[in-house]
Amino acid sequence: MIEFQAVTKEYPDGTVAVDNLDLTVEDGKITVFVGPSGCGKTTSLRMINRMIDPTGGTILLDGKDIRESDPPLLRRGIGYVIQHAGLFPHRTVLDNVATVPLLTGAGKRAARTKAAELMELVGLPAQFAKRYPAQLSGGQQQRVGVARALAADPPVLLMDEPFSAVDPIVRDDLQQQLLRLQSELDKTIVFVTHDIDEAIKLGDRVAVFRVGGRLAQYDTPSALLARPADEFVSSFVGRDRGYRALGFLTASGVPVGPVATVKIGEPVGAVDGGWAVAIDTDGRPLGWVAADRMSTKDLAVSEGDLISGGSLFEVDSTASGTAGSLRNALDAALSSPAAIGIAVDGDGAVVGGVTADTVLSALADARRSGEVPT
Amino acid sequence: MNIDWPWPWLERNLDDIGTATGEHLYLALLPVLAGLLISVPLGWASSRWGVARGILVPLAGVLYTIPSLALITLVPLLMGTRIIDPLNVQVPLAIYTIALLVRSVSDALLAVPGEVTAAATAVGYRPFHRFLTVELPLAVPVIIAGLRVAVVSAMSLTSVGALVGIGGLGGLITEGFLRNNGVELVVAIILIVVIALVIDALLLLVGRVITPWSRAQQRTGAKA
Repeated sequence: MIEFQAVTKEYPDGTVAVDNLDLTVEDGKITVFVGPSGCGKTTSLRMINRMIDPTGGTILLDGKDIRESDPPLLRRGIGYVIQHAGLFPHRTVLDNVATVPLLTGAGKRAARTKAAELMELVGLPAQFAKRYPAQLSGGQQQRVGVARALAADPPVLLMDEPFSAVDPIVRDDLQQQLLRLQSELDKTIVFVTHDIDEAIKLGDRVAVFRVGGRLAQYDTPSALLARPADEFVSSFVGRDRGYRALGFLTASGVPVGPVATVKIGEPVGAVDGGWAVAIDTDGRPLGWVAADRMSTKDLAVSEGDLISGGSLFEVDSTASGTAGSLRNALDAALSSPAAIGIAVDGDGAVVGGVTADTVLSALADARRSGEVPT
Repeated sequence: MNIDWPWPWLERNLDDIGTATGEHLYLALLPVLAGLLISVPLGWASSRWGVARGILVPLAGVLYTIPSLALITLVPLLMGTRIIDPLNVQVPLAIYTIALLVRSVSDALLAVPGEVTAAATAVGYRPFHRFLTVELPLAVPVIIAGLRVAVVSAMSLTSVGALVGIGGLGGLITEGFLRNNGVELVVAIILIVVIALVIDALLLLVGRVITPWSRAQQRTGAKA
C-alpha cells in the first residue's frame, strides 16, 4: 500500500507541482494518475521512488516512511517503466532485462536465466536476447522495458506514460498484455497517462489531477464516468462518456439473432434482408456480401464481392478490456455495413448478429434493474 | 639537398631510427593518455554544470590557439624543469589533448538520452556507478572520435619538440636539415605520417570492437 499524506512539491521558483495530495494506492490493483500536462501526475509518481523528493507531507510504502530508505535501495525494490522505454542502448536485450538482478547482487548466470524467463513472460521471442535495443521496434522496446521493471519481482510497479509513444494498434496490444500480466502477477501498479481512455481501460481506480497539482477525483472508472465530481472532471472524461460507460456493462443480456452466412465459392442463394456474412472454413467472418446487389444469386461468391467493415462482438468473452461489453456490441452493430453486428465466439467463429436496437433495449433493462449507476 | 637511394643510410641508422620512433611514441602517447584521463572528469563537470561548461569549453578553445612553440618554450620556465626534460614537450601535448577532449567528452555526455539516465537512476544505480557503466560507455564513440584527432595532432606536434632538443622523430628532421641529408628528412616525415595513420586506424578498430551496439544501430536503422 502506498499512502500520500498531505504531500506537496513546491519548486524554488514558487511553482507548485503537487498541492496537498492525500491518496491511498491499494495493493494488487492498477491505480491510474491521469490529467492534463502540468497537473503533477508524473511528479507524484516520481516521488514514490524518490526520483523527486516532496517539500511537504509524507509518503508511506507499506506503512514505512520512504524518506527512511536509501534511494538506490528503495528503487531496486520498485519496478519502473518509462516513456520510450529508456533502455540502455549499449546492452543487449537480455542484459537490459538482467539489470536489476545484477544490481541486487545476483550472479551473472542467475540474472540472465531470470531475464530469459521475463522475456518469455512479456512475449519476446528468445532470439531477441542478443539484439540491441536499436534493432527493435518501439513496441518491442516497451516490452523489454516492462520485462526489465519486473525482473527483480518487485511488489510495486511504476509506469510513467509507458505506451504513449507507440502507435494505437501496438498500444492496444501492450495494454492487453499489461492486463494479462496483472491478472497473473497481482502487482501494485501506479500508471501515469494523459489519455483518459487508457486510464479507464486499465485502471481499477483512477485519480484525476487538475493543473496546479490538485486531486480532482479519485474513483473507479465507471463511477468517474457516471458521476464526475465537477465541471473539470466531466469535461476531462469527455463528451462521449455515456458511450464509454457502456464498456463496463456486460452484453450477456443482449439476444443474439440469426445471421445468414455463406462460404467463399458457394452461391449466396436467397437471403432475407439482403446481406450475408462470408465465412471461411472455420466459420470465421471474412466480410459482408450484399446478396441483392449481385447479378445472379446462383453465382459463387468470390473474395472480390466482399465488403469489409464492422468490428466484431465477442460473446462470452474471457478477454479483458471492453470485449463482450455493451459498448463492444453496440459498436459492432453501428460499424457494420449491414447494420448487424457480427457476434463471434471465443474461437472467432460467427454465432449470430446483434442490432443496435437490441443493444439499446438491453441497456434499458440494465437501467431498470439498477445495474447502471445513476 | 641530397636525396640518395636510401638503403645504405637506412641500414646504417636502423638503430637510431628505432630509438627515435620509440621516443616519439613515448613523447606523444603518454600525454594523450594523461589528457584523456584528465578530460573525463572535466568533461563530466561541464556536462553537469552550466557554469563549468561556460568556463571550461571556451578556455579549452583558447588553450588550443596558443602556438605550440610558445607553449614548449614557456613550460620549462613555468614548471622549473630542466631544458631537456621530456615533460617540456609532454605537458604542452597533454594541454592540447585536454583542450580537444573536454569539449568532446562534455558533448558526448550531454548527448546521452535523458530517459536512459532517468531509467538508470530509477532502477537503482548509484550516481558514480551509473556514470561508469551507462553514461561513459555511451559517450565512447564521440570520445574516440576526439581521441583520434588528438593522437594525430600529438604525433605531428611532438616533432616541434626537436627545436628544444626533445623531438623523437622530429630530431631526425632537424638533423637531416642541418646535415643536408634528404633521406633522413624524408624517412622521418614518412614514419611520422605512417605511425599517425596506424594509430588512427587502431583507435578506429578499438572503437568498433568496444561499441558493437553503435553498429547494430547503423545496420538496421532505428525503427519506430
